[in-house]
Amino acid sequence: MQLTLHIWRQKSAGARGKMATYQVDANEHMSFLEMLDVLNEQLISSGQDPVAFDHDCREGICGSCGFMINGIAHGPQRGTTVCQLHMRHFKAGDELWLEPWRASAFPVVKDLVVNRSAFDRIIQAGGFITAPTGNAVDGNTIPVAKKYADRSMDAAACIGCGACVAACPNASASLFTGAKISHLGLLPQGQPERMERALNMVGQTQEEGFGNCGNIGECEAVCPKSIRLEVIAGMNLDYLKASVVWRPAGEESGAG
Amino acid sequence: MATTTVSLQRTARFYDSTIGKKAVMAITGLMLFGFVLIHLLGNLQLFLPLDASGRYPIDIYAEKLQHLGGLLWIARGILLGAVILHIWSSISLARTQMKARPTGYSKKDNAHSSYASRTMWISGPIIACFLIYHLLHFTGGQVHPDFQPGNVYHNVVRGFQQWPAALFYIVGMLLLGGHLEHGFWSLFQSLGVSHPRYTPILKMGAKAFATLIVVGNISMPVSVLLGIVK
Ligand code: HEM
Ligand code: FES
Repeated sequence: MQLTLHIWRQKSAGARGKMATYQVDANEHMSFLEMLDVLNEQLISSGQDPVAFDHDCREGICGSCGFMINGIAHGPQRGTTVCQLHMRHFKAGDELWLEPWRASAFPVVKDLVVNRSAFDRIIQAGGFITAPTGNAVDGNTIPVAKKYADRSMDAAACIGCGACVAACPNASASLFTGAKISHLGLLPQGQPERMERALNMVGQTQEEGFGNCGNIGECEAVCPKSIRLEVIAGMNLDYLKASVVWRPAGEESGAG
Repeated sequence: MATTTVSLQRTARFYDSTIGKKAVMAITGLMLFGFVLIHLLGNLQLFLPLDASGRYPIDIYAEKLQHLGGLLWIARGILLGAVILHIWSSISLARTQMKARPTGYSKKDNAHSSYASRTMWISGPIIACFLIYHLLHFTGGQVHPDFQPGNVYHNVVRGFQQWPAALFYIVGMLLLGGHLEHGFWSLFQSLGVSHPRYTPILKMGAKAFATLIVVGNISMPVSVLLGIVK
């Protein structure tokens, strides 16, 4: 199948980018990234610079890949990363526009690659629990009710790809931060730091320059792991509690 | 002592956060909602005929409101405060957003979200303009062709007989409808309330509520234009 691709080409972070047009002959069994591999083979053999795009596992679990295809993060197939998107969802003659995630917190590194270190710093601000070192404890030492385990697991499915930010009209990272906060906040192991986590992760998200949530729902629609808006409400509630009613240790009593 | 200041700072910093601002917008939005509903119920008295004393019920209602005196001013003060906080927060959030995506997409598909949710930034400011016009029209009378203080029935009928004014009310209400359709469930989400069972019901409730407000309010200019109320 013959396709026309309009791809954002930008040499480096500081350089000015522009869309460039290419023709490629793909077959329907290829993944989207394999189709780009074919294009890159062509470019290399004709002495041109190949298109840079992020990828690692190519099985939809690492969160490295992702760019906009015709204005939709990760392309038209719901609940799928671009590495798991197959060319059978397109037809011969299609014209596709590929652009990197656009957000000031995700500066373009090259072509379709953006720097998502902002997400790492949000995780560093509170996406952890305090656990004793030493031998691993026995399984089920801490019982977790199934309903919470399930919801926590749903939130934990977030692979941090950044599609939520890319799709959001406000470039908000609320779905990401909400998923991380809900994932730990729903488990007993996550309780000790729950309030500080909400304050610190939300604070870091804002410091990175992401926008605010408008409950619009574009993020939920493009999330390759189908994380739901509910996690944002969970984050809001934790943050409200932490800001208004929570008393940190040491504030509980006047004595010692 | 030190920890007390830290926690006070934490609460004060709350409004610095976008979540804090959204919570303020949600609560002030809810207050404005309450106002819009009561305002509509009061105004629908326009459709009631002259009573035994030969006066229009809406004029009597307006007189009663005026007689509340201090209470009326307290209510006005609270509403004005809510409007200011709501708009102030929206402007400050808009500034954050504009910085968050300086370069837009050459192609962007928004097929999955509601039109109302994406146009809060358009419906909001137009509603603000409408609000100012509305106050100068029926409360102050500055932009009214024949304003008679206290004669509400007369003022409304005479005001809407000018079709451009009636049209502006209709457009204003349609935009308010969009604002409410998204705002009424969004505010719960902003305050941390979301449930797979109840949120869909809430969304339907928001649509019904927005429709009620729009249809109810629009019925007045339309009835005057059609000569049903004269
Ligand atoms: C007077 C001019 C107004 C302006 C400029 C304005 C502006 C806005 C904007 C921009 C938003 C979106 C905020 C966001 O998603 O980040 C919003 C939300 C909202 N507005 Fe307004 N608005 C106005 C009037 C009203 C009125 C009259 C009502 C109620 C009858 C109202 C109720 C709401 C509600 C409930 C929300 C949702 C808050 C949330 O998501 O937490 N607004 N407004
Ligand atoms: S490359 Fe790992 S998720 Fe796509």
